[in-house]
Amino acid sequence: MVSTIARRTAFYALVATIIVIAVFPFYYAILTSLKSGTALFRVDYWPKEFSLANYTGVISQGSFVRNLGNSLMVATSVVAISLLLAITAAYALGRVRFRGRSLLLLTILSVSMFPQIAVLAGLFELVRFVGIFNTPLALIFSYMIFTLPFTVWVLTTFMRDLPVEIEEAAIVDGASPWVIITRVFMPLMWPALVTTGLLAFIAAWNEFLFALTFTSSNTQRTVPVAIALLSGSSNFEIPWGNIMAASVIVTVPLVILVLIFQRRIISGLTAGGVKG
Amino acid sequence: MTDLTVADPPPALARSHISSDLRAQRVRSAWVFLAPTLLVLAFVAGWPLVRTIYFSFTNASLTNLAGAEFIGFNNYLSWITLKSGRTIFRGLLADPTWWNAVWNTLKFTLVSVSIETVLGLVVALVLNAHFPGRGLVRAAILIPWAIPTIVSAKMWAWMLNDQFGILNDILLGLGLISQKIAWTANPDTAMLAVLIVDVWKTTPFMALLILAGLQMVPGDIYEAAKIDGVHPVRVFWRVTLPLIRPALMVAVIFRMLDALRIFDLIYVLTPNNVQTKTMSVLARENLFDFDKFAYGAAASTMLFLIIAAITVLYMWFGRVNFEGER
Repeated sequence: MVSTIARRTAFYALVATIIVIAVFPFYYAILTSLKSGTALFRVDYWPKEFSLANYTGVISQGSFVRNLGNSLMVATSVVAISLLLAITAAYALGRVRFRGRSLLLLTILSVSMFPQIAVLAGLFELVRFVGIFNTPLALIFSYMIFTLPFTVWVLTTFMRDLPVEIEEAAIVDGASPWVIITRVFMPLMWPALVTTGLLAFIAAWNEFLFALTFTSSNTQRTVPVAIALLSGSSNFEIPWGNIMAASVIVTVPLVILVLIFQRRIISGLTAGGVKG
Repeated sequence: MTDLTVADPPPALARSHISSDLRAQRVRSAWVFLAPTLLVLAFVAGWPLVRTIYFSFTNASLTNLAGAEFIGFNNYLSWITLKSGRTIFRGLLADPTWWNAVWNTLKFTLVSVSIETVLGLVVALVLNAHFPGRGLVRAAILIPWAIPTIVSAKMWAWMLNDQFGILNDILLGLGLISQKIAWTANPDTAMLAVLIVDVWKTTPFMALLILAGLQMVPGDIYEAAKIDGVHPVRVFWRVTLPLIRPALMVAVIFRMLDALRIFDLIYVLTPNNVQTKTMSVLARENLFDFDKFAYGAAASTMLFLIIAAITVLYMWFGRVNFEGER
């Protein structure tokens, strides 16, 4: 009896520790972002004041709003293009038997495991050659290297699991593969499209290396780069309040999305890594 | 099922009432459908990789990519013998900063992935138990995963701040340290700081992948073990662990490949710190900051080769079978 109580207490202590460690840094960022003046440099564990000065500061100064727009535009385009390309590719890989299919799938998967630095020099040359350096196009193009393999992979596993009968009926009716994809599969694939789209959006929204390398002016940057380069008037004066406010602005939409779609996201994540 | 296979498509089209003509037509349209994706991947991955490798054999500089001349293996290793008989080695393979970066990357990967695997397993076991509030834990651990790496680096940089950071405040309050520590600047603690942030950020991913494996274990195995009076710890080692091993191996390799190419966390949290400089950071800094483009390309190529070699070795020894018939 006593041991059951002890065990249960220990278990809930573990649960509480996990929750506190997972949430605390974000909580503390919010707490800091709401402080102003010298209060910043006092360690508080509970909210004591509620000042929006850091938020108005970060929004009014520099090009932060522009950077937010860039991030939103880049991430949305990346999702739209990779879903469009992936859905037809997934149909071919998931529903049609042909020689070299497994090899192709493995190749696509291996691209997503690439170290991005290995293509950086070549991509830099290409981006400059095409003349899209320092434009959002450079980012939309380069982000395909991690969103496309992932979306193709997940949609292929999903598409393969759909029953044969629906497709058979369409074939007997003389429907072309294009009609089969758009009329038969698309309506069934919404859940998978939402999941992969969300994951691709988060990946594109958070990307740093390409964004840092392929943009050079403040107005073209995406938010992660803007936050990384946010600095005060001197090296010794890091604007922590503004940085925390910017961080909260960038993160809150993601956290809300993730909490709303948590089941979908978990199933998508595990399908990406492990077949679920 | 925890394999990485995509099994054959349903056999619908092998049936006799669909003619071979139609099948040939389907295969043709399959290639048409694949073409755009393959083309994009060739442009965004294949061609740039080839060019990076090409640049590593040239003397290209950032301002003069077009005028690059072929110089063989000189970026990797070259030597001249002086009149005095002394031989001087140059190039990446003779560069102590490169080997320092290799060592840092391997150390970081080994330690972070090990800790994340153990903690991920603990969190996954918690999430696999039935208790009120399970949804809350799951929601909570998704937060570190969703936060952009740059943001988590900045959040932690603030918490680890030497003067005003909350971590020093907590540790001082508990009496664990006697004076404030400059976590990210101090050579002794910089790697520790990077590890703390990385473990915080990526353990959730590990936990979710392992959880997917745990949920495949049939519940009646535990029932049977309980009836037989087998100790839970023994059940874990003898039953659970072997059953989730495939899922665990896949999760570990995903994290490992990610850790080996780490860039953004280190670039933001501990910039210019020799103790945490990894291969990716060194390669990028040569490419774009030091105007040693070709040298950076050589470092990038080496990183690619090292990651490829480690992946092959891991799959060989770990018997991770991507065909799924472990």
